[in-house]
Amino acid sequence: MKWDEFFVTGDPLIYGADVSIALTTVGILFYLTYFKKWKWLWTEWITTVDHKKLGIMYIAAAVLMMFRGGVDALLMRVQLATPDAKFLDSQHYNEIFTTHGTIMIIFMAMPFLIGLINVVIPLQIGARDVAFPYLNAVSFWTFFIGAMLFNISFVIGGSPSAGWTSYMPLAGNELSPGPGQNYYLLGLQIAGIGTLLTGINFLVTILKMRAPGMTLFRMPMFTWSALVTMVIIVFAFPILTIALALMTFDRLFGAHFFTLQGAGMDMLWANLFWLWGHPEVYIVILPAFGMFSEIISAFSRKTLFGYKAMVWAMVIIAAYSFMVWVHHFFTMGSGALVNSVFSITTMIIGIPTGIKIFNWLFTMYKGRISFTTPMLWSLGFIINFVIGGVTGVMLAMAAADYQYHNTYFLIAHFHYVLIGGTVYACFAGLIYWYPKMFGHRLNERIGKWVFWLFNIGFNVCFFPQFLLGFDGMPRRVYTYSAASGWGPLNMVSTIGGFVMGLAFLLFVYCLYYSFRYAKREVAGDPWGVGRTLEWATTSTVPPHYNFAVIPTVTGLDPVETFRNQKIDTKPKLADLKPIHMPDYSGVPFVMAVFFFIAGFGLVFEWYWMGIVGLIGVFITMIIRSFDRNEGFYVGLEEIKETERINE
Amino acid sequence: MFKRLRPFLALGLVLSVFFLGGCSNSYVIFDPKGPVAAQQKDLILYSIGLMAIILVVVYVLFTVILVKYRENRKDLSNYDPHNHGSKKLETIWTIIPIIIIIALAIPTVKVIYDLEKSTDTSSKPKAPLVINATAVDWKWIFSYPKQGIETVNYINIPKDRPVLFKLTSADSMSSFWVPQLGGQKYAMSGMETELYLQADELGTFEGRNSNFNGEGFTHQTFNVHSVSQADFDKWTADMKSKSPKLTKEQYDKLMLQGHVKKTMTFSSTHLKWVNHAHEADYAVKTRERLGVVPQNPHGSKAKDANKPESDSKGDS
Ligand code: HEM
Ligand SMILES: [Cu+2]
Repeated sequence: MKWDEFFVTGDPLIYGADVSIALTTVGILFYLTYFKKWKWLWTEWITTVDHKKLGIMYIAAAVLMMFRGGVDALLMRVQLATPDAKFLDSQHYNEIFTTHGTIMIIFMAMPFLIGLINVVIPLQIGARDVAFPYLNAVSFWTFFIGAMLFNISFVIGGSPSAGWTSYMPLAGNELSPGPGQNYYLLGLQIAGIGTLLTGINFLVTILKMRAPGMTLFRMPMFTWSALVTMVIIVFAFPILTIALALMTFDRLFGAHFFTLQGAGMDMLWANLFWLWGHPEVYIVILPAFGMFSEIISAFSRKTLFGYKAMVWAMVIIAAYSFMVWVHHFFTMGSGALVNSVFSITTMIIGIPTGIKIFNWLFTMYKGRISFTTPMLWSLGFIINFVIGGVTGVMLAMAAADYQYHNTYFLIAHFHYVLIGGTVYACFAGLIYWYPKMFGHRLNERIGKWVFWLFNIGFNVCFFPQFLLGFDGMPRRVYTYSAASGWGPLNMVSTIGGFVMGLAFLLFVYCLYYSFRYAKREVAGDPWGVGRTLEWATTSTVPPHYNFAVIPTVTGLDPVETFRNQKIDTKPKLADLKPIHMPDYSGVPFVMAVFFFIAGFGLVFEWYWMGIVGLIGVFITMIIRSFDRNEGFYVGLEEIKETERINE
Repeated sequence: MFKRLRPFLALGLVLSVFFLGGCSNSYVIFDPKGPVAAQQKDLILYSIGLMAIILVVVYVLFTVILVKYRENRKDLSNYDPHNHGSKKLETIWTIIPIIIIIALAIPTVKVIYDLEKSTDTSSKPKAPLVINATAVDWKWIFSYPKQGIETVNYINIPKDRPVLFKLTSADSMSSFWVPQLGGQKYAMSGMETELYLQADELGTFEGRNSNFNGEGFTHQTFNVHSVSQADFDKWTADMKSKSPKLTKEQYDKLMLQGHVKKTMTFSSTHLKWVNHAHEADYAVKTRERLGVVPQNPHGSKAKDANKPESDSKGDS
C-alpha cells in the first residue's frame, strides 16, 4: 500500500471535504481546550450510562449522519439534474449512492429511532433506566465507532461502490478490489453489534421493568412498537452478522461463499441480505408507527382508536416481515409458484398497515385536533405513507414488478415510506419530546415553515420519480441521454431535493433559535396534552433517576387519568427511599476505540493491527468481568432537594 | 380553518394530476410493443385504478375529519375523549383490504404463470426462436445457437414470433430488460434463466442491463430490431455467409471489462467452447490468463490507466 493510495486523491470535492474535516476537527479541539470542556465531555457524556444522555448522543450522531447522507443525496441530484452531466464520474457517483443508502438506513434512521427510544421508553414505562445501562453505553459506542469507520472511507482508502445491498459477486475482490468494500463490511459489523445489544437490552427492559400496574395491554403504543421492533432486531441482526462475516471471509481470507470462482453462490448473498433487509425496513418503520400513535392521540386529546387492533397489527407485521424477503428479487427466476406465494404474503402485509392508517384517522375522529408541529409531521406522514404503501402493494405484484424493479419507481416507493414514514417520525418525535431532553420547546413558527418546506420539497422531489420509473429510468445510472426524455422530470426532482435541503438547514437554525430564545419549561408536561408516564416527571427534564417514586398505573393513558381525576403525583416524603443507580464507566468508550483499531486494521488487511485491536476489545471485556462495582445510592437529601420537598 | 387545509387540498390536486398523467401512453411501460409488456401494462393500470380508490377514500376521510374535529371549531359538543374503538368499523376496514388484495392477487398470479410460458398460446404454437444472452462487463453477447451466429450489443428478432431468451452472466448479476417488450429477468453466472418475449410491431426497441454491476453499468445497453420473418431469414443467411468467424482469442478479449465501440456480428457462437451458465469463473480466469488484474479504483495503477468508460479494450 502506497501513501497516495491511503489518502483519496485527485478530486476537488474530496480535497474540499479534507479541508473542512480538518478545520472542523481543529475547531472542536480548540473549543474544548479553550473553554476547558474536556473534563466535562468525559465525565458527563463519554462515560455516561444514563439512557437519556445516550439517547441524546444517538440523536446528535443521527442528525450529523443525516447531514452527511443529505450532502451525498444533493450531489447525486446535481449530477442527475441534466442529461449527460459531467459533475461526477461513474465511479464517484457509485460511491456516493452506496454511502448515501448505507448511511441513511444504518447510521441515520436506526440510530435516530433508537435514540428516541432510549430517551423515552424507560420514562414511558416508569423505569429508572434500562435493564443493562452499561451495555447500553457499549451499544452506543459501537454504533458510533462503526459509523465513523464507515464515514472516513471517502477520504482514506476510498468508499465502497457496490450499493447498500452490496450484491455479490460484484462486491467481491474479483470485481471490487481495494479497501472500499471492507469499510462496508467492518463498519456494519461493528455497528451491528451495538444494534443487537440494544435489541436485547430493551427487550428485557420493557418486559421486566414496567411500573406497577402496567400490564402488557396497558403499555403505551410507542413502547409496544419498541418491544416488537426489538424482537425483530434479535431475530434479524444475527442474519446480517453471519452474512457480513461470510463476505468478509471471501474478501480477506479467500473463501468462496459468494464468489465467481470456486462455485460461490451469488444468490445466497441476495437471500441472506434480504432475509435481514426486509425485517430491517420494519425495524425502521414500527417505532415510527408508535410515535405517530402517541402524537396523534395526544394532539387529538383522545385515547387511541382500536388499541388492541393496533398492537396485533404490529405483531402480525413483525411475523410476516420474515416471510416476504423474496419480493426484492422476483426477477431472479425462482419460478411461478415461489413468486406467487411471495406476492401474496407481501400484499397481506399491506392489510395490517392499512388497518393502522384507519385507526389513526379515527383517533382524530370526535377529537379536538390542534395543529402543532409534531402533529403536522404526523398528518403529513399519513398523506405520504399511504402513497408509499399503495405503491408497495403495486411492487408486490410480481408480474408487474418485472417492469418496476430496479427503476425509479422503486426508488420513489421506498423514499415515500422511509422519508414519509421514518424521517417524518424522527422530526415529529424529536420536536414532541424535545422539552424532555432540553427543557424548552422548539419554536413553532419556524417549525411550521420547516414542515411545509420539507413536505413540499419531498413530494416535488420524489413524486416525479414514480413517473420516471414508468418511463423506464433505471436506478443507479450516473447519467442519461437527452434523447431518453428524462431530463425535465429529473430537474424537477432535483429542485425538490434542494428545497428539502433548505428545510433541513432551517431546522438546524430552529434548534439554535429555540436554544437562545425559547421559554424554559418547568412542568413535567409542557405540551399540556401528554398521556403517558414520561409526562409525569416532576420537572420537564427528568432528574437522572427519572422518578423519585415510581408511579402506579391503573389503565391506559395514566397521565390523562391523573389530570382528569386531579391526582397529585408529587412524591411524598414518606414514600422516599434511597435510589440505586449504576456508576458511569469509561470502559465502553475504550472498547469502541479498540473496535475501531481492529476494524481499521482489517479494512486495510493489516492483520497485526486487527489483532491488536481485538486483543484490546477482549481486555476491556475482562476488565468488565472483574468489575465488582455495584453502583451507588442517591441519598434522601439529594432527592429531597431535587424534588423540592420540604419537611 | 380552510386556509390551513388549502395546502393539503392543493397537494391532492397536484398528485391526482400527476397520477392521471402517469397513465398516458408517453411512458415506455405504457407503450408496449408485444404481448408480454401489454399484459403487464394492463395489470399495472388495473392496480393503479384500485390504488387510486384507496387513496381517494383515505384522503377524503382525512380531510373531513380534520375539518370537522379541529380544535378551534364552534361547537365542541361532539368531542368524545372516550371513543376508543368500534367493532363494526374495524371489521369493515379489515375486510375491504382483504377483498382488494384478493382482487389484486388473482390477476397477478395468473399473469405470473402466463409469463413463464411461450407467448404463442394458439393451438399450433410456433416454435420459439432461441437466443442465448450473456452479460459481460459491460456489454451483451447474443448467440443464436440454431442459426450459428453471434452478435454483440444488438439483436434482430422476427416479428410475431415468440423469442426464448436464455440468460446468463460472465460477471456480476445483471438484469436483461427491454421495457417495451416486457419485464426484466436476472442473468447470473453459473445459472441459466429463461425469459419469453415477443414483438408485435416492427421497430427498434431499447434494451439494457438494469441491475447495477459496476463502473460501466450505465452504458450497458443494446438494441432490439424487430423485423419481418423474411427479413430475419435473409439477415441470418447474410450474416452466416459474410461475417467473420468468432475466434477464441477474440472472444477472450471480449471478456475484458469495458465497452465495445460498435456492435459486432460473427458467423459462429462461443457456445462451442464455453457456456457461462456452467462455467461461472470463465471471464475471471480469462482476465487472469491475459494478465489483466482487477484494480482498486483509488489505487495508483488505476489512476494512471484509462478509465474503462473511454476504453475499447473489447473492440475487435
Ligand atoms: C405496505 C407495505 C409495503 C409493501 C407491500 C412493500 C413492498 C415492497 C416491494 C415488493 C419491494 C421490492 C421491489 C423491487 O425491488 O422491485 C420493496 C422495496 C423496498 N421497500 Fe417496501 N413495501 C412496503 C413497505 C415498506 C416500508 C414500511 C419500508 C421502510 C420504511 C419499505 C422500504 C423498502 C425499501 C428500502 C425497498 C428497496 C430497497 C432496495 O432495493 O434498495 N417498504 N417494497
Ligand atoms: Cu421488503
